[in-house]
Amino acid sequence: MDFICNFPFFSIVLCLLSAVVCSVLSGKAARRLTLCVEFVLVCLALTLLVYTVRTGESFNYTMGHVGAPWGNELRIGVLEALMASAFMIVLFASVLGGGTYIVRDITEKKRNLYYILLNLMGAALSALVYTNDIFTGYVFLEILTLTSGGILMIKSTGKTTLAATRYLIINLLGSGLFLLGVILMYDLTGHLLMEFMHGTVSELEATGEYAMPLRVTTGLICAGLSIKSGLFPFHRWMPDTYGNATPTSASLLSGVVSKGYIFLLIKILYRVIGTDSPAVGAAQNVLFVFGLCGIIMGSVSALRQESVNRMIAYSSAAQIGYIFVGIGLGGHMGFCAAIFHILTHAVTKPLLFLSAAKLTEASGGSPVFSNLTGAARRAPFSAFMFTVGALSMVGFPAFAGFISKLFFSVAAVTHSSAQSVVTLCVLAVSTLLNAFYFFRTVIRIYTPSEDVSPLVYKDWGFMVSSSLFLILNLVFGLWSQSIYRIIVSGLRMLA
Amino acid sequence: MKLDKERFNAWLNDDPDRLNGMEEMAEIPYPPRERIKEKRQELQERIDAQPVGQISFLSRKFWQRVYSVFAVICCAVMTVVLLSTVAELPRFGEYRDTINELTERYIVSGLKETGAVNIVAGIILDYRAFDTLGESFVLFCALNCVLILLRIDSSDDVRHHELYFNLAHDDILRKSALFSIPIVFVYGIYVLLNGHLSPGGGFSGGAVIGAGIILLSIAYGERASGALISEKVFKTVCCCALAFYGVAKSYSFFTGANHLHSIIKPGTPGEILSGGLILPLNIAVGMVVACTIYGMYRMFKKGRF
Repeated sequence: MDFICNFPFFSIVLCLLSAVVCSVLSGKAARRLTLCVEFVLVCLALTLLVYTVRTGESFNYTMGHVGAPWGNELRIGVLEALMASAFMIVLFASVLGGGTYIVRDITEKKRNLYYILLNLMGAALSALVYTNDIFTGYVFLEILTLTSGGILMIKSTGKTTLAATRYLIINLLGSGLFLLGVILMYDLTGHLLMEFMHGTVSELEATGEYAMPLRVTTGLICAGLSIKSGLFPFHRWMPDTYGNATPTSASLLSGVVSKGYIFLLIKILYRVIGTDSPAVGAAQNVLFVFGLCGIIMGSVSALRQESVNRMIAYSSAAQIGYIFVGIGLGGHMGFCAAIFHILTHAVTKPLLFLSAAKLTEASGGSPVFSNLTGAARRAPFSAFMFTVGALSMVGFPAFAGFISKLFFSVAAVTHSSAQSVVTLCVLAVSTLLNAFYFFRTVIRIYTPSEDVSPLVYKDWGFMVSSSLFLILNLVFGLWSQSIYRIIVSGLRMLA
Repeated sequence: MKLDKERFNAWLNDDPDRLNGMEEMAEIPYPPRERIKEKRQELQERIDAQPVGQISFLSRKFWQRVYSVFAVICCAVMTVVLLSTVAELPRFGEYRDTINELTERYIVSGLKETGAVNIVAGIILDYRAFDTLGESFVLFCALNCVLILLRIDSSDDVRHHELYFNLAHDDILRKSALFSIPIVFVYGIYVLLNGHLSPGGGFSGGAVIGAGIILLSIAYGERASGALISEKVFKTVCCCALAFYGVAKSYSFFTGANHLHSIIKPGTPGEILSGGLILPLNIAVGMVVACTIYGMYRMFKKGRF
């Protein structure tokens, strides 16, 4: 076994240990340590990506001296490495870019707690992506839920505490359903490692035994994870949480946390139950319908908001809808589109949240639209970055958003007639709505106003991180073919 | 004798004890529960006084009713579905090759492979140690969230905590705590150290010890428990235990995955120093659990150590 195969394990343990170390450090030192660790994580994940693409096959990593099926295992293929790299880059860039807001929103004595939670979040995300064991998935999903609740309420205003409470209630509902699903699945298959579960499940399906429990289990797992990721009609916590939280927290929650759950769902659908199973087919139809509703409702609600944060938050709800439409369409192209959109949204939403926070700050601190008129004169760089994010979300060519919309249309066209027509119509309508509410904001911030008092300080962290997001957007948009090839080979390895 | 009777009556009537710690008791006019009731009434009045906006009162009520009906229907459907699923699951004790593959191995060769007489300890700290590592970090994470929510940092923002139910000078509690605290601690340590030999282990032993520290703090005041666990001790113990857990288990993961020679041996099953890493890991987990439980208690009670 090559030494590189240890990297996923290293990245999880590194995060956990640095979380422990952060609890005795001051806020400033904890920030430095966290940024270093996250940078190392990015490097490790990228190395893994290159390695897996070169070798062209996945590998299992035994956690302990007892092999499968008795012990815990990690499993790394191309897709896992790609997801981990994307998540870690977003984590690093969001922490780097939101530094000034962390200082503004969090009291000095609690700042190191914030970095502890960020480290734990990194560990949980890597473990969720790499795990081959469904119960390990549950444990780290729990850590992810707790840390995301923590980074929400650390701002300690009444609104964030309320929002975090609602967030936790909905999320724990999702965790509970998922845990039920895991328990039932273990009862049916007697295994916790994904391939072994899949073996038993396909045996059961061939003999037709336990068809009903299998269906219910699939439903519970899908319901739990989609509730956690904020699929319609469980998206109402989004505007409050994203609108009030520290920009770093908002961009992490929308950019990576909900994506972590969705990726776990995709992994379970592929590796545990199998996408050709009838139970998955039924669940996919339900997810498809809710995804479509989510797109429309999210976009319409985004249109009606009066502050830029809440608008972006509702737009996130719509984007989650897109991803679930991809999963619901299913098939090779549908999943490919869903995964590509996960990447797109992960590199675009944080950019929007961070630049909107900068624009708000330049306009006196209130995110209400009327206040933002002419914000581009006060913070030209942030306005440019906001525009880039908006263009990408709307689906302007050369940006990532365009390619993911293209993939969705291709997935729809190659699908059965009824679903394809509905999907194409919803795509068209939602693109229009997207364009409407995003360009309305962009036009407003570029409208000249008399009140010009530019931001005086230079925020290097924000500049670097937003440039990073911009570059990633362009890479995904212009070199989509190679990303597509990576995703395809990853999906092949996953099955 | 008369004095004792008086004190007993005073204790029965919930009067603050006149001989002990009179100076610490604050004057509180009436019990907290009534104050909460008053506050709630005040809030309700404020809500009622607010002008009703676009949504008329009637329609809001209507929607609330729709929601509750819908919630009942959802719960009923969920109950029916889950119960009928459970009815169709494999029967308890039914033997099938695939279902029993894991348990069979754990029972047959668990003792030889892990050196732990207690199979559960062998499973959670050896076969599935990665999950348990995650679980102990769930605790750490929960503790940090409680710290975020409840810790009071600035000195001028000290919460006026409730003295009404302060039991620190209650004779009966003190005397019974005097007898029970040593037993609780010894029992907790026993459960902790014998985790690999008998039912118990880090989580349960740690919970017992944590409860003992809380009892100490309730009966003898925070100064007594503070002498045992100050903020510094709390931080040091928690961090060292977690870091030790992380490092020790990483070593065993690393050697296991790379098929390297590991210096950790299962030892002779049944002896106190056996089971490889299970004993030290149990101690580490126990420390983390005890600290977490006590830390959460302190946060809820006072907001600081």
